[in-house]
Amino acid sequence: MAEAKKVQNGPNSPKGSNDSQNGGPKGPNGGPKGPNGGPKGRRNMGPRPKIENPGKIFKRIMSYVGKKYKIHMVIVIICIIISVLANVQGTLFTQKLIDDYIIPLTSQKNPDFKPLLNAILKVAVFYGIGIVTTFLYSYLMIFVNQGTLKNLREEMFSHMESLPIKYFDTHAHGDIMSMYTNDIDTLRQMISQSIPQFINSAITVVSVLISMIMMSLPLTIISLFMVFVTIMISGKLASLSGSYFKQQQEDLGALNGEIEEMIHGQKVVKVFNHEEKNIERFTELNDKLYESANAANRTANIMMPVNAQLGNLSYVICAVVGGVMAISGATGLTVGRLVSFLTFNKSFSMPINQISMQFNSIIMALAGGQRIFELLDEKSEVDNGYVELVCAEADKDGNIVERDEYTGRWAWKHYHKDSDTTTYVWQKGEVVLDGVDFGYNDDKMVLHDIELYAKPGQKIAFVGATGAGKTTITNLINRFYDIQDGKIRYDGININKIKKADLRHSLGIVLQDTHLFTGTVKENIRYGNLYASDEDVVNAAKLANAHGFIKRLPNGYDTLLTGDGANLSQGQRQLLAIARAAIANPPALILDEATSSIDTRTERLVQDGMDKLMSNRTTFVIAHRLSTVKNSDCIMVMDQGRIVERGNHDDLIEQKGYYYRLYTGAAS
Amino acid sequence: MSKETRKKGTVGILLSYVKEYKMVSILTPIVMLGEVLMETIIPKIMGMIVNEGVKGGNLTRLYTLGAIMVVAALLSLTFGVLAGSLSAKASAGFAKNLREAAYKNIQTYSFSNIDKYSTAGLVTRLTTDITNIQNAYQMILRMCMRSPAMLIFAMVMSFSISPKIASVYLIAVVILGMILAIIVKFAMKYFTEVFKKYDDLNASVQENVSAIRVVKAYVREDYEKSKFHKAAENVYKLFIKAETAVVLNSPVMTLTVYSCILLISWMGAKMIVGGDLQVGDLSTLLAYCMNILMSLMMLSFIFVMITMSVASARRVAEVITEQADIVNPEDPEMEVMDGSITFENVSFKYKKDADDFVLKDINLSIKSGETIGIIGGTGSAKSSLVNLISRLYDVSEGSVKVGGIDVRGYDLKALRDQVSVVLQNNVLFSGSVYDNLRWGKEDATEEECRKAAELACADEFVSKMPEGYNTKIEQGGSNVSGGQKQRLCIARALIKKPKILILDDSTSAVDTATDQKIRTAFREEIPGTTKLIIAQRIASVQDADRIIVMEDGRIDAFDTHENLLKNNEIYSEVYEEQTNGGGDFDD
Repeated sequence: MAEAKKVQNGPNSPKGSNDSQNGGPKGPNGGPKGPNGGPKGRRNMGPRPKIENPGKIFKRIMSYVGKKYKIHMVIVIICIIISVLANVQGTLFTQKLIDDYIIPLTSQKNPDFKPLLNAILKVAVFYGIGIVTTFLYSYLMIFVNQGTLKNLREEMFSHMESLPIKYFDTHAHGDIMSMYTNDIDTLRQMISQSIPQFINSAITVVSVLISMIMMSLPLTIISLFMVFVTIMISGKLASLSGSYFKQQQEDLGALNGEIEEMIHGQKVVKVFNHEEKNIERFTELNDKLYESANAANRTANIMMPVNAQLGNLSYVICAVVGGVMAISGATGLTVGRLVSFLTFNKSFSMPINQISMQFNSIIMALAGGQRIFELLDEKSEVDNGYVELVCAEADKDGNIVERDEYTGRWAWKHYHKDSDTTTYVWQKGEVVLDGVDFGYNDDKMVLHDIELYAKPGQKIAFVGATGAGKTTITNLINRFYDIQDGKIRYDGININKIKKADLRHSLGIVLQDTHLFTGTVKENIRYGNLYASDEDVVNAAKLANAHGFIKRLPNGYDTLLTGDGANLSQGQRQLLAIARAAIANPPALILDEATSSIDTRTERLVQDGMDKLMSNRTTFVIAHRLSTVKNSDCIMVMDQGRIVERGNHDDLIEQKGYYYRLYTGAAS
Repeated sequence: MSKETRKKGTVGILLSYVKEYKMVSILTPIVMLGEVLMETIIPKIMGMIVNEGVKGGNLTRLYTLGAIMVVAALLSLTFGVLAGSLSAKASAGFAKNLREAAYKNIQTYSFSNIDKYSTAGLVTRLTTDITNIQNAYQMILRMCMRSPAMLIFAMVMSFSISPKIASVYLIAVVILGMILAIIVKFAMKYFTEVFKKYDDLNASVQENVSAIRVVKAYVREDYEKSKFHKAAENVYKLFIKAETAVVLNSPVMTLTVYSCILLISWMGAKMIVGGDLQVGDLSTLLAYCMNILMSLMMLSFIFVMITMSVASARRVAEVITEQADIVNPEDPEMEVMDGSITFENVSFKYKKDADDFVLKDINLSIKSGETIGIIGGTGSAKSSLVNLISRLYDVSEGSVKVGGIDVRGYDLKALRDQVSVVLQNNVLFSGSVYDNLRWGKEDATEEECRKAAELACADEFVSKMPEGYNTKIEQGGSNVSGGQKQRLCIARALIKKPKILILDDSTSAVDTATDQKIRTAFREEIPGTTKLIIAQRIASVQDADRIIVMEDGRIDAFDTHENLLKNNEIYSEVYEEQTNGGGDFDD
């Protein structure tokens, strides 16, 4: 909407226009996405959030502006001052035009137009300066505004990427998104419009006020009084319209909720012949919204003519009073001065109206800024690890030697501070969990005393009911979450000492919810290893049994996937996720329900590839399908955050415990 | 786009929903005209005040003119307030009608219509898009008459004062108009582009938020950052380009205004000296100058607004004009005789222009009261098959009969009341458990609800809930587990007391034992109902009377469990798989 606002904001009203309604669409309901417009973010509904310490937030926003654009801003302010002064010069000229040039000219026998021409040329220069400076500051503001937003956006994104998983668990995705859209928009509004407008208006008010006082004090007092009345009345109307708008947002929210829920369940609505009933409920909410929208817009619309006519009234009063004064001749007010004064009268009330209109958008921007800064102030994932994963080789003595190039073998590079030595340990894939307790919040543990010992190359399976804590355990191994108590060791190293990036590099993972990215199939597979060749991509796809369907896609490996791979079936997406993990060629693997959406027959086809993928790798498997876990070296049966049984399939069947019951389907 | 859209045009279709707000819509610009008239007269009166009152030294005349101006201002105020109220009512009403029309039409959509739109897409059309239209409509009502009228009135008045000076305005208007048109054209082009890129940028944020675990697991934070940086840089450059075009607006406008002022001052001075113009007229002319050029500015703004809401208008019109492709037949059959089902040479595809059929040459005959299991791999078209029975989709070829009559001959409501489907992707709605169950039958007694819940093994957990059947279900059923949700959905379908009950993988999250209990209850309590059960687990279908084995959109076999084990390769393979370590660990 930026351009729409820009267009109508174009003229900085060099001279008082007789039509203050030109400021029209800036009103509370202005523009297609006016301050209260668009039900974009649910959060924006309802009462306005409380802004704590607005001064601090404003300062912080300005510090972002100033970061790179301090010089720009200085020039902008200077330009605004010059342009306002140039405009005032122009207005003053109207006074001189009649009094100093035209009236004397009428009394001359042979009128000499030269002085007038000189004066006009002089004013033309002022006007020229005004135009150039106006252009300059508007032009500079584009860079200030867009540059600041770009930097802020990138900082938000970078910071967001560094946040721990917990942040994403505890914040609604819609709310996070809303910061990038709604909240950034409010800042755009403030930086590009409100701030320059504010400076402009303030300077105009001051300079016009000075000129008016110089022309006629009594008339200035009248004008000031009328401005005061206008502010009072429009303030009343604004608060009235504000409460109506709040009602409208609430009604809109209710209607939105209904639409969202019902359209989401539209197929169920059909199956149950519920259409009529739905329309009934909808109509009721819709009518309510109509009432409040009508009231809100009406008050907002009324504000403009009221302000305009109060302005006109002020004009009439000044004209009549001024007229009387001019005719009586006692106060030294001339006709020319009166005409100029009347123009100033208009130039005076307009910027004041504009300042009050900018107020709303500044408050919105402060609220938006507050939310953005909350994101930026979130603590990043802490990484105190220093052990690195490096490519290595064994020299002839069997010592581990670090290599820069890919060797196919990995080692942990462990630097010991106290002895200033570096030791290397082969990456083998031994994972030990020792007395691990974990809870998403400190006050509620979801895992209790987990003991686990995965030998290198073993396949460890987790089974158990939903919510038993299977996924949680795997999330601890790659440190998506940090444990409260106990120890996790990877090849004998406490994972807290390992750099998070290297730890995660060493663990390939296929998650329960497959997520793909916008981009080609090829790019999505390559996500696992950015340096993989096209051939590697095809091989990985073949391994995951995805090659067949990829080839049938319209553009094969170059088919564009959008919307999280919306054009693929869930099963196909899982196959791609497996290919993505395969290409990373990680030393260890976590498969979290990796094949749950693939039917049994297809799964058998994938199994081959999966077996290849798992061979010689420590693998953690979560599955609810027995065939997937049956051949594991060890099966952990989980219940309510505890490992209740462990052993291989045959052992567990023999035990005739929980696993046996799950397996045979006997009632538990 | 539908035929109707092509014939009437987007705007025409939307305007036909102004309906009862036509009167206020017409009145708004008329009243506006009054306001404009007053505002044009006011500068004229001001000029007269200076000329006749002040210059003429006539106090009486000054007072009279002052009074006239106050009256004019009051009239202007009245017109302004009136126009504001009328336009608010017209636009809010228009939006209400549009929303209602769109929503009502969505209610007529068949499954294939619904498939065309995403849920989020439809919600946006009903909310943001319609709000955009509402704002644009209000703007048009208020400004479309106002700006041209202001321009014309001011022009006429200027001509009446001084044709010579007025012709300067005319030239300025033409030049400025042309420049504005060019700017708007460029700006529109850039802005359409930049908004698209901006949307893409936000989409990538969205993607990162939901896939954060993948990003972190693959340690791709830096990769994502550099991707985002590139996209943000792109958006930045485009914005700069677009806004640079717009930023010319203001200096061009100012330049024109200033030029006019200076030119008029010069010409005016000469004319006043020559006795062709009065002093007061000069300031009046200057005021008109502003009016004229401002109106032009306004027009260009309105134009931008209209252009920008066109996309919204088109999207809304699409929803409103979308023709439901399954409608009630004329003279429909109101009663379903029994629960028998026949498929005769049925072929089906979701889109007319799709190459391959999803279902091909299906022939089936199911007797009333039979229990039929359906099994097959992902994508074997199990769901497609059963969706044809309650006419959620129409066959492409052949015929599906229920109770001996083609489903296309039934009244839709009558058919769907008797053929109850528990969909694979099922939803519960916000409201109590009772409210949800009564979706099946509006006037179901508490007793009936309980009975259905018992049958579906839902009573056992509902009665344990804090408020039992009055417990509030959250939107989307987020406060019950997957298995509980499925059982409630089955209960909801049972309340209809249908002749045919279809469960589309509806017990996948229910544990094996409960699943067994539900099936036993079906057998004992509703023996007369034809039951079709789609399942992944053989255990869920093996005690059915007969089992359909689907493969690639065909029926591979249709027989009893025992026979299939003996004769059908697919079935026996799956059975083998599942019994020897193919069970489920779900709760």
